[in-house]
Amino acid sequence: MTPQSTAIPQFVMDAIVGGRPFKNKLSMVVLSGDYDKVMGAYIIATGAAAAGMDVVMFFTFWGIKAIQKDGILTGKSLFGRMLGLMNRGGLKAIGPSRLNMGGLGRWMFKFMMKKKQVSSLEDLYDMAVELGIVMMPCEMSMSVMEYDPKTDFKPNVTEPVGVATFLEHASESRVTLFI
Amino acid sequence: MFDTPIKSIDLKGMRCPLPVIKISRAVKEVNIGQTVEAFVTDPAISADVPAWCRTSGNELVKLEKVNDLYHIIVRRSR
Repeated sequence: MTPQSTAIPQFVMDAIVGGRPFKNKLSMVVLSGDYDKVMGAYIIATGAAAAGMDVVMFFTFWGIKAIQKDGILTGKSLFGRMLGLMNRGGLKAIGPSRLNMGGLGRWMFKFMMKKKQVSSLEDLYDMAVELGIVMMPCEMSMSVMEYDPKTDFKPNVTEPVGVATFLEHASESRVTLFI
Repeated sequence: MFDTPIKSIDLKGMRCPLPVIKISRAVKEVNIGQTVEAFVTDPAISADVPAWCRTSGNELVKLEKVNDLYHIIVRRSR
């Protein structure tokens, strides 16, 4: 009878990254800027944080709309300012990914959700801040779309970071999501 | 101990993710124990290069910002 191997299985070795095992942590990329997807992101993030997990959210491309300060216009060049005009309004102005119908769909969804007492996006953001969720903007998207990190983001957003920083968080997280 | 970097790469003007990708490629091309030097203008590198070093298991020897230019030295540890 052949002796059992005592070697550590590969999947266990893979789970130990740089000598550190997985933490009770959730990392999330928020690339979408649509109302439905950003809501999903904040609901999952606040749910995880409420369950005691560390939560890290990395906002890139359209996701930057969700962490933009209200009432400002971004951009410096012609294209930047055109984009800033279309991206304006912060969390109130974000519409659903389908059936926005010029804002009518957005209003209808908000109306229906309020009737069923679902938290609004603004309330979810405040809960996320209260729960200590780390919100990081993507430096590359931010500068392509000409956002100024000193003035254009909400107060609880961290300084801009790049992909390697997000990947470090993701590689020690039990759960990693892409929204 | 400070030794002269074996390899020096100019990453000025490059934006995430190129800087870390180029640094990781340069680090693979030197021997264990040798260093790679990089000049980077991407502001995200100040968070990214320490994170990359921790995740890849290499040593960050130097990360210094002079005006808008980051001078980085990384040692290959594995």
